[in-house]
Amino acid sequence: MSVIPAVVNRFFHQTASPPYFYALAERLAPWLTGVFLLLLAAGLYGGLYLAPSDYQQGESYRIIYIHVPAAWMSLFVYVLMAVMAGIALVWRMKLAEVMLIASAPIGAGFTFIALVTGSLWGKPMWGAWWVWDARLTFELILLFQYLGIVSLYGAIEDRRAAARAVSILALVGVVNVPVIHYSVEWWSTLHQGPTITKLDKPSIHVSMLIPLLLMAVAFKFYYLIAVLQNARLELLKREATSQWVKNLLEKTA
Amino acid sequence: MQPDQSGIMQQPPQPVLVVNNLSCSRDDRLLFAELSFSLAAGQVLLLEGDNGSGKTSLLRILCGFRTADDGEIRWRGQTLDSGSYYKEMAYVGHADGAKKELTVLENLRFTQALHSQSGYDIDQALIKVELAGFDDNSVQTLSAGQKRRLSLARLLIAGAVLWILDEPFTSLDRRGIALTEALIAAHVRQGGMVMLTSHHDLTLTGLPLQRIHLNSCQ
Amino acid sequence: MSISAAFFAIIRRDLLLAFRRRAEAANPLFFFVLVVTLFPLAVGAQPHLLQSMAPGVIWVSALLAALLSLDAMFRSDFDDGSLEQLLLSPYPLTVLVLGKIIAHWLVTGLPLLLVAPLLADFLGLPAQAMGTLWLTLIIATPLLSLIGAVGVALTVGLRRGGMILSLLVLPLYVPVLIFASGAVDRAAGGLAADAQLDILLAMLLAALVLAPLPVSAALKMSVN
Repeated sequence: MSVIPAVVNRFFHQTASPPYFYALAERLAPWLTGVFLLLLAAGLYGGLYLAPSDYQQGESYRIIYIHVPAAWMSLFVYVLMAVMAGIALVWRMKLAEVMLIASAPIGAGFTFIALVTGSLWGKPMWGAWWVWDARLTFELILLFQYLGIVSLYGAIEDRRAAARAVSILALVGVVNVPVIHYSVEWWSTLHQGPTITKLDKPSIHVSMLIPLLLMAVAFKFYYLIAVLQNARLELLKREATSQWVKNLLEKTA
Repeated sequence: MQPDQSGIMQQPPQPVLVVNNLSCSRDDRLLFAELSFSLAAGQVLLLEGDNGSGKTSLLRILCGFRTADDGEIRWRGQTLDSGSYYKEMAYVGHADGAKKELTVLENLRFTQALHSQSGYDIDQALIKVELAGFDDNSVQTLSAGQKRRLSLARLLIAGAVLWILDEPFTSLDRRGIALTEALIAAHVRQGGMVMLTSHHDLTLTGLPLQRIHLNSCQ
Repeated sequence: MSISAAFFAIIRRDLLLAFRRRAEAANPLFFFVLVVTLFPLAVGAQPHLLQSMAPGVIWVSALLAALLSLDAMFRSDFDDGSLEQLLLSPYPLTVLVLGKIIAHWLVTGLPLLLVAPLLADFLGLPAQAMGTLWLTLIIATPLLSLIGAVGVALTVGLRRGGMILSLLVLPLYVPVLIFASGAVDRAAGGLAADAQLDILLAMLLAALVLAPLPVSAALKMSVN
């Protein structure tokens, strides 16, 4: 505790107090949803209507507007979970545990979407639903890591112990992620030879890039909405016996 | 400080273990809250309470197996992890903590290796717990009562100051109970400390016995 | 007694225990041999096919054998209360835990080294790759024990930890599998496998230093 200044500490403790956080998340939800819908509409309009078709891949390339943001998010959420895990282990902050748990199924969802869209894109490109492409394989193993976290949390009855277990696993997992990435890259060049695997080409035209970035930000907002919703539910379950939840129930009843 | 008329300083014993405002809950149920007590050299503390009142949880918090929801524990003024606490304590829980495939001697040698202080040597300890001559018996051939006494030998070998005992009298016969009580009494007279839970009422004549009753708060 | 005495006492005790339970301790080895023999039965005994599959078959089997043996690492200690006593030792838990992992490797990983060349020969792995196969086994089977220990420590408190254990551990094993079987594959093709062996060695050193930390933390969580 002594490592961080008292002011910062106090700020975190206020924001991290469950009733305060619960109310804050509730207030934020409509605003986040509004921004998300705007970004999504703009991104989809730009990506599916305004952007020109690709001279090699025709229209089928447009799946990148879902695939690439989902793949980015699958990594982003995992790293974020590891940060939460570190905070939860070092400072035993309840909210960090809750956010970690709330993020896992959403991250798994993004990974799953990245896998499905990747394989849909692969059918016209490679002529097969699944090839052992480095990126897809990496996403598949990442999905296993997410599922490990989700099922470990489900298997341990005591919630605090479960949160500690999951924090340890997330930290070990995040060390493993770059190692997997590197090893899978090496493995695919060994066994397949170079193939066109990169969905996000470095020389992407600006009219394609802008909708892609819009979609990426929209996905971030979606994550925020979903994670806050999950976290609120998790908080209610955990704090079911505390006074603020009882007050809340009385108010709604 | 003024010496009293007899010339002997009447000081309260200096507490070694201090527990302050400890709270613990399990599965959203509060086991105990704001529990405070202290233990000084030469004292016994008996935890009483119904099943599920948190006796075992309290002992496990003192072992560092569980974390309390709130409160602090100090050993010689330091937190459990920073000071000499783990050098000076030993615990006997529900499980015997012995390997059934190994002999009594092999098990106790391992105990010796795990502890930095040296207490009794193995032969002496085995005599004290009336297991002399069982050195080469494998633990799985011992009766439940003998296994309990083997756990007590572990306490002696660890050379610990604080003994934490969770139901030490379980599966002991009358003789075993008397032996255990005698060991506790001897340890306390030498300035040791004992904290225990028991359904059996202790007969420790002439020893300072503190009792803490844990009510099951809903 | 000193910290090194405690460290060696753990290794000695676990080896003694494995000796007393030797029927049980031999299971991972039999399992390894069995899985390897299943492959020719399943895919057919064409020498070319088996030869090209040999590095992968041996490494997948070694990995499964390690996975099977993992549960025993802390299970009996957890059940009989020895784990609690280990946690109460004044010595750093990370060092004691490293002793347990090393003992586990000596019992379950080391025997694989003895039979693997024989099995590799059955599958027709070229003689020139035998040295590399040995090296990968020496470097990477301890890695399997070190990484696997994290998974067992997390699941030892669960009544049905087995399935979850594989879900936790297998993704962590993927890089080991890729580099180890890749190295043998390259050696079989007459290429140098130094880079892969170096990477495995670096992973081993990192795991020796780092793995005991999460294992200790997870064990503390599990006795809760």
